Amino acid sequence: MDKKYFEDIAAKIRVDVIRAIYHAGSGHPGGSLSAADIVTALYFKEMNIDPKNPDKPDRDKFILSKGHAGPVQYAALAERGYYPVEDMMSLRKLGSPFQGHPNMHKVAGIEMSTGSLGQGISVSVGMALANKIDGNPGRIYTLLGDGEIQEGLVWEAAMSAAHYKLDNLVAILDYNGLQIDGPNEKVMTVAPVDEKFRAFGWNVIVIDGHDFEEIFKAFDEARECKGKPTAIIAKTHKGKGVSFMEDEAGWHGKAPDEAQAKQAVEELGGEW
Amino acid sequence: MADKIATRAAYGKTLVKLGETNKDLIVMDADLSKSTMTAEFAKAYPERFFNMGIAEQNLYGTAAGLALSGKTVCASTFAMFAAGRAFEIIRNSIGYTGANVKVCATHAGITVGEDGASHQTFEDIALMRTIPGMTVVNPSDAVSAEKLLEQVIGFKGPAYVRLGRAAVPVFYNEEDSVTLGKANVLREGRDVTVIATGIMVSEAMMAAAQLAEEGIDVGVVDMHTIKPLDEEAIVKAASTTGKIVTAEEHSVIGGLGSAVAEVTSRLCPVRIEMVGQHDTYGESGKPEELKEKYGMTAADIVKAVREIY
Repeated sequence: MDKKYFEDIAAKIRVDVIRAIYHAGSGHPGGSLSAADIVTALYFKEMNIDPKNPDKPDRDKFILSKGHAGPVQYAALAERGYYPVEDMMSLRKLGSPFQGHPNMHKVAGIEMSTGSLGQGISVSVGMALANKIDGNPGRIYTLLGDGEIQEGLVWEAAMSAAHYKLDNLVAILDYNGLQIDGPNEKVMTVAPVDEKFRAFGWNVIVIDGHDFEEIFKAFDEARECKGKPTAIIAKTHKGKGVSFMEDEAGWHGKAPDEAQAKQAVEELGGEW
Repeated sequence: MADKIATRAAYGKTLVKLGETNKDLIVMDADLSKSTMTAEFAKAYPERFFNMGIAEQNLYGTAAGLALSGKTVCASTFAMFAAGRAFEIIRNSIGYTGANVKVCATHAGITVGEDGASHQTFEDIALMRTIPGMTVVNPSDAVSAEKLLEQVIGFKGPAYVRLGRAAVPVFYNEEDSVTLGKANVLREGRDVTVIATGIMVSEAMMAAAQLAEEGIDVGVVDMHTIKPLDEEAIVKAASTTGKIVTAEEHSVIGGLGSAVAEVTSRLCPVRIEMVGQHDTYGESGKPEELKEKYGMTAADIVKAVREIY
């Protein structure tokens, strides 16, 4: 595997995220940057998708359950060829299709309107179930935040995914340890997340969410696991790739100013 | 008005009938399938029935996922837990996306009876009709329930159907036409129009018959579709009789009464009296006792008509 190929794409996606949020003047850089490698792996290798035929029936689907990381999904779709990157620079502006949280009817490639936490995984269970009923080979991938799993709905969904043996469903936890008000263990302890998912009947894989080899290996393992859904616990760093944002809860939902954005883009090897 | 059948029974029957031809029809429940009558569909088509356990939020989230994958989904539980507990999931994952989910909620209103206040919802119509794009239907008897359900399940998009626990009089005939979004004028009147919905329609008919003996000529309209609301029928009633009584097994705050007043205040201002639950919780008791105590009977409609006549 050409690790650098994926790292370069992820860096571009991170640059797009920073630029879009800077232009918007608001948004969520921290959780977009922590998920950038996972999202890159999905859109650039793992998923069976076609930007020229976004609605093909047997496609895999990605549901961003942590909808506030919308910019990273927008950037991945843009870099993958669904639309020009410049389009998403209207992020959060009146009349823009690029809503603060993704809207499935406004942007090509968005499979579900998300933003209200916990609902993406629940809807993913329904989509996985539909594919089982139809014998559709399409797989469903959903990305959750670690703060998000404090929502009771996540565990209702987790219980039902195991009950209906949805081995075509993969939930990836962007486990960066931070939420708006601070570290999980201070706000509301979520650990041990691996044991929780295992106890709910899931196949659990713990990885470094910034290591492409580990990410792809986990997806392979998930595909081979039969009879139960897979949870990939991806240990990540909030704000990954931008020195002053890394592991800082304060960058959950704040836009950089011009100097900060410029520095961030330069650190990522992009052009301002 | 010979037979008495619960609208939920009509629902169970309709599902089985439609399931035969509509292979994309999926029915879901949250551990109440014997009460909501979805158990009949489960028995007939087990491969298209999904019990989600006692988890109403996930019931509607999952229903959205199935619907957005091309299925027509009827997802049922008691009205309290559908419209109440799962409100925000219905709003964001079903309403906002336009998912083809029919929230078919049973055991609405005071006629739940003995279970008491925790199970008696008077807020569901108010909640559901504020969701953009949500069709809201409240059938008045078993025949109209079946006809309306067929239409609701037949169109693509979200809908809320309010169904009851108690057996209620059947007054429509099979050949009567009941059309989604079009009020049924059951009785013409010159003096006052009673616009009623759900089980209060038969109460309104009884009230009108009684008032006719006193020489008060009362019209009765079955407003089975709360949204989209038949504004024309409301304006016609307001302009013909100049006085309206609304009757619903629901809070007078935000329900049919409010919906009618929203129309008349804009297009044809008239005096309105509202029969319904008046800003209070219910309690345990027999349905008939509760209807009497909380003011949702033919007698209460009679009283309201006399008040503004």
